[in-house]
Amino acid sequence: MLRRRLNRLLGGDERRVDSRTVYVGHRSSPDSEGFIPPKFCDNRIVSSKYTVWNFLPKNLFEQFRRIANFYFLIIFLVQVIVDTPTSPVTSGLPLFFVITVTAIKQGYEDWLRHKADNEVNKYLVTVLEDGQRIRKESEKIKVGDVVEVEEDETFPCDLILLQSSRDDDTCFVTTASLDGESNHKTHYTVPDTEKDLESLSATIECEQPQPDLYKFVGRMHIYKNNQEPIVRSLGPENLLLKGATLKNTQKICGVAVYTGMETKMALNYQGKSQKRSVVEKSINAFLLVYLCILVSKALVCTTLKYVWQGKPGQDEPWYNEKTQREKDTNLYLKMFTDFLSFMVLFNFIIPVSMYVTVEMQKFLGSFFITWDKDFFDNEIKEGALVNTSDLNEELGQVEYVFTDKTGTLTQNNMEFIECCIDGFQYKHRDASSELDGFCVTDGPVSKLQQKAGREKEELFLRALCLCHTVQVKESTEPCLDQVDGLNNQVDGLGIDGDGLGIDGALSHLEEQRGFIASSPDEIALVKGAMRYGFTFLGLESKTMKILNRNNDVERYELLHVLNFDPVRRRMSVIVRSSSGDTLLFCKGADSSIFPRVRQEEVERIRLHVERNATEGYRTLCVAYKLLSAGEYAQADAGLREARLALQDREEKLMAVYNQVETGMSLIGATAVEDRLQEEAAETMEALQGAGMKVWVLTGDKMETAKSTCYACRLFQKSTELLELTVRTLDDENRRREEKLHDLLLDYHKKAVQDAPPVKEGVTRSWSSSQDYGFIVDGASLSMILNSSSDSSNSRYKNLFLQICQNCTAVLCCRMAPLQKAQIVKMVKNSKGSPITLSIGDGANDVSMILEAHVGIGIKGKEGRQAVRNSDYAIPKLKHLKKLLLAHGHLYYVRIAHLVQYFFYKNLCFILPQFLYQFFCGYSQQPLYDAAYLTMYNICFTSMPILAYSLLEQHICIEVLLDNATLYREIAKNAMLRWRPFLYWTVLGLFHGLLFFFGVWYLFYNPALQDNGQVFGNWSYGTIVFTVLVFTVTLKLALDTRHWTWINHFVIWGSLAFYVFFSFFWGGIIWPFLSQQRLYFVFANMLSSVSAWLVIILLILLSLLPEILLVVFRKPRGPHSRQKELVDSRVGGLQSPRSSARPLLMRTFSDESSTVI
Amino acid sequence: MASGYNAKEEDGHIGVVGLGGASLRGRKPENTAFKQQRLPAWQPILTAGSVLPAFFIIGLIFIPIGIGLYVTSNNIREFEIDYTGVEVSSPCYNCAQNFSWHSTTPCTCSIQFYLHQAYESNVFMYYGLSNFYQNHRRYVKSRDDSQLNGDISSLTKPSKECEPYANHDHKPIAPCGAIANSMFNDTLELFYIDPNGTRVPVALSSTGIAWWTDKHVKFRNPGGSTNLTAAFQGTVKPVNWRHPVYELDTDPENNGFINEDFIVWMRTAALPTFRKLYRVIQKKNNMAPTLPRGNYSLQVQYNFPVRSFEGRKRVILSTISWMGGKNPFLGIAYVTVGSVCFFLGVVLLFIHHKYGNRTNNADITN
Repeated sequence: MLRRRLNRLLGGDERRVDSRTVYVGHRSSPDSEGFIPPKFCDNRIVSSKYTVWNFLPKNLFEQFRRIANFYFLIIFLVQVIVDTPTSPVTSGLPLFFVITVTAIKQGYEDWLRHKADNEVNKYLVTVLEDGQRIRKESEKIKVGDVVEVEEDETFPCDLILLQSSRDDDTCFVTTASLDGESNHKTHYTVPDTEKDLESLSATIECEQPQPDLYKFVGRMHIYKNNQEPIVRSLGPENLLLKGATLKNTQKICGVAVYTGMETKMALNYQGKSQKRSVVEKSINAFLLVYLCILVSKALVCTTLKYVWQGKPGQDEPWYNEKTQREKDTNLYLKMFTDFLSFMVLFNFIIPVSMYVTVEMQKFLGSFFITWDKDFFDNEIKEGALVNTSDLNEELGQVEYVFTDKTGTLTQNNMEFIECCIDGFQYKHRDASSELDGFCVTDGPVSKLQQKAGREKEELFLRALCLCHTVQVKESTEPCLDQVDGLNNQVDGLGIDGDGLGIDGALSHLEEQRGFIASSPDEIALVKGAMRYGFTFLGLESKTMKILNRNNDVERYELLHVLNFDPVRRRMSVIVRSSSGDTLLFCKGADSSIFPRVRQEEVERIRLHVERNATEGYRTLCVAYKLLSAGEYAQADAGLREARLALQDREEKLMAVYNQVETGMSLIGATAVEDRLQEEAAETMEALQGAGMKVWVLTGDKMETAKSTCYACRLFQKSTELLELTVRTLDDENRRREEKLHDLLLDYHKKAVQDAPPVKEGVTRSWSSSQDYGFIVDGASLSMILNSSSDSSNSRYKNLFLQICQNCTAVLCCRMAPLQKAQIVKMVKNSKGSPITLSIGDGANDVSMILEAHVGIGIKGKEGRQAVRNSDYAIPKLKHLKKLLLAHGHLYYVRIAHLVQYFFYKNLCFILPQFLYQFFCGYSQQPLYDAAYLTMYNICFTSMPILAYSLLEQHICIEVLLDNATLYREIAKNAMLRWRPFLYWTVLGLFHGLLFFFGVWYLFYNPALQDNGQVFGNWSYGTIVFTVLVFTVTLKLALDTRHWTWINHFVIWGSLAFYVFFSFFWGGIIWPFLSQQRLYFVFANMLSSVSAWLVIILLILLSLLPEILLVVFRKPRGPHSRQKELVDSRVGGLQSPRSSARPLLMRTFSDESSTVI
Repeated sequence: MASGYNAKEEDGHIGVVGLGGASLRGRKPENTAFKQQRLPAWQPILTAGSVLPAFFIIGLIFIPIGIGLYVTSNNIREFEIDYTGVEVSSPCYNCAQNFSWHSTTPCTCSIQFYLHQAYESNVFMYYGLSNFYQNHRRYVKSRDDSQLNGDISSLTKPSKECEPYANHDHKPIAPCGAIANSMFNDTLELFYIDPNGTRVPVALSSTGIAWWTDKHVKFRNPGGSTNLTAAFQGTVKPVNWRHPVYELDTDPENNGFINEDFIVWMRTAALPTFRKLYRVIQKKNNMAPTLPRGNYSLQVQYNFPVRSFEGRKRVILSTISWMGGKNPFLGIAYVTVGSVCFFLGVVLLFIHHKYGNRTNNADITN
């Protein structure tokens, strides 16, 4: 190990360069003499943090690196070193407990990791070495080894696929364990490698390991019998990732390129950056206050002590002499140790247990989300997922919701609606009812008005069939879980098997055909084409087969795929038909296609596209181009060259793509409907009712997005739309910037200045005031954000923000993923730093999910990336309502109460102790016994608040869901602001004063028993403590609105436990105690009637103001709530809620086009 | 400073993911009341209507109790004499002035006083000290409970806590510590002066003044109560004591560590002004009052210096009720709280009557 490190340091030249060279099978290539096998790390995965030997020191070090733990350690050490009033046990025991529990937990987790590591590392794999198959432990695989993997095995390291048992040199892989996508992905072998791997002599040059799962750049040099080496480019499609599983393929062979900790899986194995909740910030602020209280208390006591000692005869009366050591100590040192002693005496005001309780509450509380059966989705058989428990309460504080459109607001369940070929509209009639009307011979495309030429039709349909990256799912697979519901629906329309020109066995399988694609649009299009008679049969060894209307199989050789990417917003394929023509088919967004085709064609189709877009359909334009042999050769060369490039491959490819995709002719457009998610409108309405502002951030077209917003009721009929898009900015006379400036000012005047001043807290009401909706697109946004001059930049930004904040809904369309994050960041950092929530389902939403305070992933169809990066994942958008309005609300109330209560109970715990100092000569004499000091927070008062903070439902869940407005009551951290904090602090002070002085008056005459005997200082402390424990617990009981049996058990149980413990603790002479302070103190206390009376009196008196407050506050609470309930019911009747309402709302389309 | 806790390690994350993620996939969450947060619950809502009776009941209970307490407290006879001897006119002035630790002959003074009322029941005689910090930390901890419990090893080797009163002349002090060392050692005697002028000593009982458990369990003589002199062999008396611990009393059941005066002293007081039970004057069987009206003389053997720390010494004669000694606080507090509750009840009733009807309806439907 050490030597390897040294090697790396001294001779590791190759590590510094950008690429690594791998010798396949460790065979040197002919042109490299003096073959030195490069050193790479071995294939051992080490995810564990500790070994048996370093566990204790390392773990302790890590734990004490946390400031709070360190603080308590210091307090403990002070207690050990300095002569302090309380024994080190009082603070040492809780700290020890916390440290031990954490250590055990971490040790256990690490043990599990060790076990998992071992399982992976000791797994036997087959390695081909000198023509022999050798079984080896996985950890012994070296870079360059040729590894054989069989079906359903996981890859032991990152491999370059060399050979597959499948005929078409592909293999199928599922990366479920990596990114959760359970669909099968196709990977390709490197072309031109020898079938006989033993004689293969090749080197692989590839980039150094990097964590991006979807990126890989490399080059393979294949040496054949002293010929010029063949160079093949390698991409992610050749790379098999460790952790992925081989499917549907008997076995493959691959060469290891990245091993062990350098595999992409290992590089991805790291925690996300921590998000902190507002509650934690509030806790820290409160802690600071309490720390100040603590220090000032200690300072006051120290000062008064020395003032008091200055008086003659007080410092050292004859009955209480100091020890020699004390006399010798330097005065200032003594002052300092006195200060420390007071700190130690009062340090219980900041309890260790609060952290433990808060952590436990968060950890246990988050289970309620995963347990909630309302979050369970029957379709995907999954419930909600909690990735972090730190942000539970943040769900109750959301002010801004940023939502993605596709897949989030809409189902991403695409259905082919209509197409437009050469300017003629083809609308598909309702499939299920007219099934019989659709037979292959009967004119497959039902025409509405007129038909385009048959040739054009067929060209268009062929384009749909060819221009995609869809795979046909083999029905032999046992798992059909990914077959989307659409399949079955469309399969009914499937082609009659008898008429097929292919063998019967296959036709049988046709019925269960499924398509797999990265985007559901593609599937919809292929299925759309299928309805019109052109069926895509699959891709076999670079040949695409389609079944045309005449039931003939057409074969096309797939030459190139020009992949889709969000910047180009289009994709193309280059195919060669059986007749030898080379064709390029391109499909993409209108904006990216229109500039690349002839304008006269555009005019014929543009109208359809725009109309479709306003109706909320996703439109794609299809174009084609016949490539001449020369053109193709040029394109082919360009593409190959760009693919082989090691550097800037992406850019080079892009350039070639753009060059190829020109001069095409437009053949048609498609419209695909993306249905709204279930209850999307209701959810949005509820969120807005809860005072949240909903922003839709989408990459989609404005028209489509706008109609979705109308359908989701984010924009109402009465909403006045303010548009800031390229369209509104384009003005012939003026520069864009000027126009932008004017528009911003204009809108600002409208939305901000003229708007009636709204009171804080009432962000939006159903009053008559005008609602505004704001629409901005990516281009305009980047103008606002990246304006040329700095001064106007910030000004624009401010104007923009102010406008946005005064609008009920904001729609940002044509957004790049990064821009989404930019918007979130801008709002997050705006005045008042509102809490933001991002919800999305796709990889393009990851950036905004990570950026927002709370990131929610939807377990949608666009893979698992959003889910992986989210804090919470839910199956459907509709679950957001319950997650925020019920869970979030409750969590917030629970934890806020928990925090306030903890501070309160420790304030009134320590205050009497502080007051006692005035009566004991500032000698740091504790009022309570050490056992009580230690147990107060651990046993006597911890369980009721924990139970409360897990179970409390101050308003029951149904009411919370029915009344979104209730969410506003806790908005802006309402329960943890300074006012409630002050209230709790004053309450704590009041209780503390009451406890101490109540008993003080009683002890004016300490003869409290009916036999004339007197009580001492420990009786005093015990009476105060009894009152304290009862009051604090009963105060919580008063606050509890939801008494389950657990609450009963815990509240009465801990009181009973206190009594029992006190008897027990005072009932025995404990041999390990040096002083039997509490011996029979509690029992004697209970034998005194006066003590009983004072305890009852003080408890009642403490709770009296609380009861009064509740009573006087109450008439407002339920009454108004009741009214709201009625209101919302009336509102509910007025607007019928049917989730099945189609997106299509023609009433809006006219309107929206006029409001520009 | 809590920021540290927020920087939790990634483990927590992974742990939660593991729990919530893989294991739950494909399994519908159980539909139990607990997991769905639907446990049957009692949801009390405090309203004027429901609190009203409580206020009246509290008022109605507390006021009589308070009155009872107040009357009881008032019926307790209590007489207090300050015998510190600060004023020149005070009979103990000389003793206070001439106090010396080394004087061999004790200074005695006697104070005359007149009881205006006869004390009918048992009379308890307390001594009271002021400005004496028995609750000072250094003082409170300066004792060795295992030594006092009769532990032989602790007898010869007192706890470090007893410093600087643990050893004297390289011999262990028994009982060690500041508390024991400063034990109150004035001797108080009470004489009834007959109308005809004769001094009749009042019988003072020194038993039953300490907690029973202290006397019988917590405090024990080393080696049982037989031959204390031998048991304490090898130890020295506390520096300020005139007699060793085994000469505190002649009664073997009240000698050594189980001497009740000593035990009472060892129970440290809560506040710097305190009283401790000194003697009990048992009521005689006949009908005569325990202490009849008349002249009394308190004879004090003045051993305990308090002038150096501006302290005061008192003797208190008091009768005792079921609630203990005289203390009007509880009675007043109960009457006050009871009245306040009653008043609030009236106010609430008013509010309830005027505005409450709608509220009440809402609550019921809720």
